[in-house]
Amino acid sequence: MSQLVWDKNAVVGVIDGLKAKPGALLPILHGIQDALGYIPADSVPLIAAALNVSRAEVHGVITFYHYFRETPPGRHTVHICRAESCQSMNSKGLEAHAKAALGIDYHETTADGVFSLEPVYCLGNCACSPAISIDGETYGRVSPERFDEILTDVRAQA
Amino acid sequence: MSIVISVYVPRDSSALSLGAEKTAKVIAAEAAQRGIDINIVRNGSRGLFWLEPLVEVATAAGRVAYGPVQASDVAGLFDAGFLEGGEHPLKQGLTEEIPYLKNQERLTNARIGITDPVSLDDYLAHEGYRGLQNALQLAPAEIVKQVTDSGLRGRGGAAFPTGIKWNTVLNAQGEQKYIVCNADEGDSGTFSDRMIMEDDPFVLVEGMTIAGLAVGATKGYIYLRVEYPHAHKNLNAAIAAAEAAGYLGPDILGSGKAFDLEVRLGAGAYVCGEETSLLESLEGKRGLVRFKPPLPAIKGLFGQPTVINNVISLASVPIILDKGGEFYRDFGMGRSRGTLPIQLAGNIKRPGLIEKAFGVTLREILYDYGGGSASGRPIKAVQVGGPLGAFLPESQFDTPLDYEAFAAHWAVLGHGGIVAFDDTVDMSHMARYAMEFCAIESCGKCTPCRIGSTRGVEVMDDIIKGQDRTKNIALLRDLSDTMLNASLCALGGMTPFPVLSALNHFPGDFGESG
Repeated sequence: MSQLVWDKNAVVGVIDGLKAKPGALLPILHGIQDALGYIPADSVPLIAAALNVSRAEVHGVITFYHYFRETPPGRHTVHICRAESCQSMNSKGLEAHAKAALGIDYHETTADGVFSLEPVYCLGNCACSPAISIDGETYGRVSPERFDEILTDVRAQA
Repeated sequence: MSIVISVYVPRDSSALSLGAEKTAKVIAAEAAQRGIDINIVRNGSRGLFWLEPLVEVATAAGRVAYGPVQASDVAGLFDAGFLEGGEHPLKQGLTEEIPYLKNQERLTNARIGITDPVSLDDYLAHEGYRGLQNALQLAPAEIVKQVTDSGLRGRGGAAFPTGIKWNTVLNAQGEQKYIVCNADEGDSGTFSDRMIMEDDPFVLVEGMTIAGLAVGATKGYIYLRVEYPHAHKNLNAAIAAAEAAGYLGPDILGSGKAFDLEVRLGAGAYVCGEETSLLESLEGKRGLVRFKPPLPAIKGLFGQPTVINNVISLASVPIILDKGGEFYRDFGMGRSRGTLPIQLAGNIKRPGLIEKAFGVTLREILYDYGGGSASGRPIKAVQVGGPLGAFLPESQFDTPLDYEAFAAHWAVLGHGGIVAFDDTVDMSHMARYAMEFCAIESCGKCTPCRIGSTRGVEVMDDIIKGQDRTKNIALLRDLSDTMLNASLCALGGMTPFPVLSALNHFPGDFGESG
């Protein structure tokens, strides 16, 4: 992708709406990611100026938290749980299947821009392991076959 | 005119993860097609997850359960007359009589699965806000005394007496005190916080309001992990309803006392479940662990006196204030008083939420409740207390769930999560994963955790490859000793628990003679 186009007005709107809150940085970052799907590098100076902190501090916070991303995600983000409970129900097999089916590794996006793949450390769905989530919806007892069905459904929605 | 029958289909995210949404839609469509008027209530989950989606029908005898009900089962259920409690292969009988549920002591989770989680009327109809009503009649020190008398200890894992923490904040001086709820439930195998927040969010709101009255705090934050979007939605709905009805805000039920509540989202950092890291994150910073002292009770959020408690600790407060500290204290054993919401997960036939008085044994939980492994193979090990908890072998399954009994085995109860593994698990890989997880999640402030975890992964890789095993196992023990004794917080300090317990109990998996 060449030049990333980003919506500056959306970012400024989020910042102005939240900057008065105590400890506003995380709410602002969430607001921007909710609106745009990621946090554009060019929004960092705007956030820093609004909160009177350095750009380095803002960058430090963005990179500290696994959830925040600096590049646009695919249309759908698939999270696969890597934690112990899911491991006990063969999440490693599911993980290998998902990577092969999508043709990507963790932190990557398919060439058609439809799916991004991310690891997650527990979705709180441990009684229904192994678990994945797609765009915030959790799926339990996901066998490789069920994974393929879910992806087909999600693809159809798009 | 016939009576409209109530049908309950859970909205808990685990139930949804197994198809509850579709089940609810198909039930509504099928009823409409047959010209039957029904009232579908989207309740929370009862926590019997092998039966989810668990559909219940209100009958004269009580609620009758059917499960697991997939969309494809719905037409058959109508044909079988399930709206009158008719016979069907999926019928489980009266919900309250299912032994898994009947044999529990549900105090903190008294309402989950029964009520519509975001209905304040339903909450009030099921003994909600009685604790707050009592608290409003008491002086702050008297509220703290009830909590102290109850023997409640921090359910996040550290098991520090809640009443003592509250008393410190009550007596601390500050311009603005805070109540912070640690809802960053990151431990694998745990979901009791999630269930409270999704399935009975008002009980947490009430508990935090009582905490505010007890210590003189007027502002509360719930620091919620971003992985729980349904909890976020339900908490915000509950807070809005409580505000509208005067249970939150500048003048709680006309008492002149104020308390406001706000949900803040984390961003996928496990270490933010550590209380000081969480406070940094709430302040808008990287979640670096703070040195202690000062304790958060003295200098916490924004440098002010702060009560920081786990969801379950705070959600246990309303029943303590409703029925009295002594009522709660009469459950349990030794110094572990009250009940623990045990979360049974992993490779297990009947996973679920089991709230029991302390003292029940692991074996009872795994076999009487859990029914053994899901795979049908022998259970080789269980990890109790999340990714920083020890692995216990079969020889320790008779240990009662009690903080001190677990400590005697160099194990922890933590937040009450139990993950079962069958005999296909290779414990050396679990030890490697514990180090890897620590490396991924370390905040980086202290060296033993930051560097030690990465070295730990490397040493484990060598052990797994069979390279200089004796030497590398000695190195692993030495490294674990450093992490255990020199890390700033429990992340680096407790990663040796799973690593060394795996090594000590399952030496064969590490190429040692067992």
